[in-house]
Amino acid sequence: MRFAALALLAVTMPATNAAMAAGPELTLYAPDYFATEWGPGPKIEAGFEKICGCDLVMVTGDVLPRIMLEGDRTEADVVIGLNTDTTLRARESGLFAPHGQDLNGLTLPVTWTDDTFLPFNWSETAFIYDATRLANPPSTFQDLLDAPDDLKIAIQDPRSSISGLSMLLWVKSVYGDKAVEAWQKLRPKVLTVTPGWSEAYGMFTEGEVDMVLSFTTSPAYHIGAEQDTTKRAAIFPEGHYFMAELAAKLASSDQPELAAKFMDYVLSPDFQGMIAEANWSYPSKLPRNQLPAYFAALDRPERTIFLSETEAEEMRKPALEEWLSVFAQ
Amino acid sequence: MLSFEKPEARLGDFALVADFTLPAGARLAVIGPSGSGKSTLLGMVAGFVPLRSGRITWQGQDLAGVAPGARPVSILFQDQNLFPHLSVAQNVGLGLRADLRLSQDQNAAVAEALSQVGLRDMATRRPAQLSGGQQSRVALARVALRAQPILLLDEAFAALGPALKAEMLALLGRIADRNGATVLMVTHDPDDARLFAPETVVVMDGVAHPPEPTGPLLDHPPEGLRAYLG
Amino acid sequence: MAERLRTIARSPGTWVGAGLILLVLGTLAVVAAYAGGLSALGPWDWAALRFTIWQAALSATLSAVLAVPVARALARRRFAGRGLLITLLGAPFILPVIVAIMGLVAVFGRNGLVNDTLALLGVDRVSIFGWQGVILAHVFFNLPLAVRMILHGWQAIPAERFRLAQSLGFSAADMGRHLERPMLREVLPGAWLAVFLVCLTSFAVALTLGGGPSATTIELAIYQAFRFDFDMGKAATLGLIQVGLCLLALGLSTRVTVPAGFGAGLDRDIALPAPPGWRRGADVLVIALAAAFLLTPLAHVILQGLPNIVGLPDAVWTAAARSVVMALISAALALGIALMLALAVASGQRWVEAAGMLPIVASPLVLGTGLFLMLRGVASAQQMALPVTVAINAVMALPFALRILIPAARALRADYGRLADSLGMDGLARLRLLTLPRLARPLGFAGGLSAALAMGDLGVITLFADSRNPTLPLLLYQLMNSYRLDDAAACAVVLMAISFALFWAFDKGGRLHAQL
Repeated sequence: MRFAALALLAVTMPATNAAMAAGPELTLYAPDYFATEWGPGPKIEAGFEKICGCDLVMVTGDVLPRIMLEGDRTEADVVIGLNTDTTLRARESGLFAPHGQDLNGLTLPVTWTDDTFLPFNWSETAFIYDATRLANPPSTFQDLLDAPDDLKIAIQDPRSSISGLSMLLWVKSVYGDKAVEAWQKLRPKVLTVTPGWSEAYGMFTEGEVDMVLSFTTSPAYHIGAEQDTTKRAAIFPEGHYFMAELAAKLASSDQPELAAKFMDYVLSPDFQGMIAEANWSYPSKLPRNQLPAYFAALDRPERTIFLSETEAEEMRKPALEEWLSVFAQ
Repeated sequence: MLSFEKPEARLGDFALVADFTLPAGARLAVIGPSGSGKSTLLGMVAGFVPLRSGRITWQGQDLAGVAPGARPVSILFQDQNLFPHLSVAQNVGLGLRADLRLSQDQNAAVAEALSQVGLRDMATRRPAQLSGGQQSRVALARVALRAQPILLLDEAFAALGPALKAEMLALLGRIADRNGATVLMVTHDPDDARLFAPETVVVMDGVAHPPEPTGPLLDHPPEGLRAYLG
Repeated sequence: MAERLRTIARSPGTWVGAGLILLVLGTLAVVAAYAGGLSALGPWDWAALRFTIWQAALSATLSAVLAVPVARALARRRFAGRGLLITLLGAPFILPVIVAIMGLVAVFGRNGLVNDTLALLGVDRVSIFGWQGVILAHVFFNLPLAVRMILHGWQAIPAERFRLAQSLGFSAADMGRHLERPMLREVLPGAWLAVFLVCLTSFAVALTLGGGPSATTIELAIYQAFRFDFDMGKAATLGLIQVGLCLLALGLSTRVTVPAGFGAGLDRDIALPAPPGWRRGADVLVIALAAAFLLTPLAHVILQGLPNIVGLPDAVWTAAARSVVMALISAALALGIALMLALAVASGQRWVEAAGMLPIVASPLVLGTGLFLMLRGVASAQQMALPVTVAINAVMALPFALRILIPAARALRADYGRLADSLGMDGLARLRLLTLPRLARPLGFAGGLSAALAMGDLGVITLFADSRNPTLPLLLYQLMNSYRLDDAAACAVVLMAISFALFWAFDKGGRLHAQL
């Protein structure tokens, strides 16, 4: 029994506490994928602790639901990994404080004016295919809708996945009143709707589907990490839907200065320089010529679709009803 | 003195009542048709059957509210008198301490009780390695060791052959004599009653009747009993 | 009355039972209170409710019907390796869901064995995604459960009755009519109900194989309400409906007895009459098909992952150690609670059984969120993560552990209760000298099941999920998320091996300590 108690203590002691660093603590909430040794988390932690004279405590999990549940009693000082399409609800909670950063010099394809949520990376939704398996990929969104039904794709559920939600708004932006018909044409080709991005992408790499809903930057992973140049993004002239991941300060933070310092760090060359290959997306403030060459050479859409958060929120409910009316039958 | 002061037990629409007193050291057979409530009578004394009214006293003290293990009672059932996963010595030792943390003296007492039933060499065996008669003797060794003043037997030897049964009844008689115990023995066999019990309690139609001399009772049984005895 | 109160106060099981009801309903109330009340459901939520009941009913029916020929073939045929095969066929039930799904997709997916064969035969490929995938996976998980229960039913028919039937010159058909059908009438409803209950709260299967909103279960809708809409009121409403369904199903279950065969004996090995001729061929075919269906996905996972095990990152082994410790504590907790409850049930407190079965359809998400809300002033989510996961896993394993322990506890009480009472054995002495040694076998089996289930749990309690100190299933998920699919396949093999090893060790331990 004594052994069990000790063992419980050992496994429940968070690793973050073990590496007890000197100085004050700054608590950062981040999404799951930051946590693993292959994600950006460890680099961010090491990089920031080098300059802040503090202990960065990273807590990973579902960032927004957790903050909303905890309210102003949250331990978080800063958060990272929020998405453009959920900022309205986050903002309305009144829990976040202005980031205080100069937004000139951001390298986004759209104009960013938000004074609360600060983007640290960006990309666009796109369908990825394997050039060795799909010789003639659709070259427009309409081509995709009109493709024969034995072209199989995997998409994500807009109710549980941020990329799925982006797809919902993408289709609504491109097809407007005709969105239902667009979904009806797409449906026979959808082998499955997965709850998250990873399940769908796994099916693509396993060869279960021909195309998968992902991001314009996804091919970079295969080139950079696997020296595999066969994975490509299908670029559509109708445009691709913009998404960014965001960082923000909590109004209730007891370390406002450290939190401000972290915001500085997010836009610093050190942080921005590692985003491309740790996050497999474009950094939000890094000139193109400082990206890895293969990254800079990725195919780019001519048009980036960007909705303000109020537009996105207004569109979300009716678009979701339309989507459900096609897919829930 | 074991007094049944109109204790009443009820199980569904079955009821049993008794009203008599037994002197210390009495030996009684309990007979009656199947389902008449012989086991219920014993259960009331042992504390397994709750009373709806009336009371049972031992030496003037009411037994109500006394847990079965704390009553001045030892009971033997038809089977399951021994725990099959415990050794013979452990099964006997339970009679002294229910947690089996026995002192040296107590261990010696267990060995002594076993030799008195002729099983000294069997102490480390499991019950399954013994014959039926040997198992009964282990249970009797425990009864002897507990030395409780009331002994209840619920068809305890019914599965044994005639010779073995007689041997057990003789052994039981010696143990009861040594402690001056009051014995209530449920049996289906009139010969057991004649052999062991000078007096007999007839249980019939919801009543445990006061004891009567065994011989005359069995020679001239009342009507309901006659049908049962055949 | 006083007597009754005294027994209740004396039995810790009744307190634990009351605590369980409080936990399940209390967390629900806390979540609802936080949301400021329950919210109304939309049409899609009702669709989810309909689908949940429909798929559970269909899965249960298929599992029960398919299990009959398999159980009969196993009951009346004797062949080398039969015992091993029966053990192996039980494997899917304790297989971590995430691993099983990998195996099922590999076999039944678009490029899997089955579809390749169909394509060779010129038949259209079929998709594993959608309602058919959900049903397939549920049958995969629960067919073993149903086979076990029904096999036990067959073995419980006294051999004398078969001998009598043979001496009367019964044909195989007569045997079916007079011996087997009455047994099935008794056993099948219970087996059906057990599978139905398990499928009612399906989460991970519907999540990954459902293929979209047309195959949404209630638990999945709770997940979406909570995680994406942040609609706690809806989560609470759905949670309440789920508990309502549970009570309804348990109400039904008082009419049918759930068979004890869940864990019980396979030790009685009496050869039943084995009819020759075409029936022999049919039995061979049935056993072969069942083995292929249940074991090919396992084999596939092993073959795919084995080569990469050596190169697995250290994080996998850390997570494995963490998961094993958590699973052991969960199992110990589940056993302790289940034993107390089973003893209380055996002593006649029937409502305790219902309390113990309640977690089978309680939503782990609502449980977790409720606990989080209750404890948020006391400890941080970070500190609570692993202890709460351990506790919830223990509670979730409880219904299965109880099903195994209750019949054994009843038998123990019937056989030795009075003797122990008359000798004044109570408290710890009774536990040490009577209860533990006599129940070692079912305790070992229940502990193994609890440990394996805890080991494979993905921990959908996202609020508590501590992804920096991941459990092995969570790490497997993270590996898949990080594009590291080869490592994920190897990790799946490790997870599967540990789950089975835990089960085996407990079961074996129980058998060794069982002193008969």
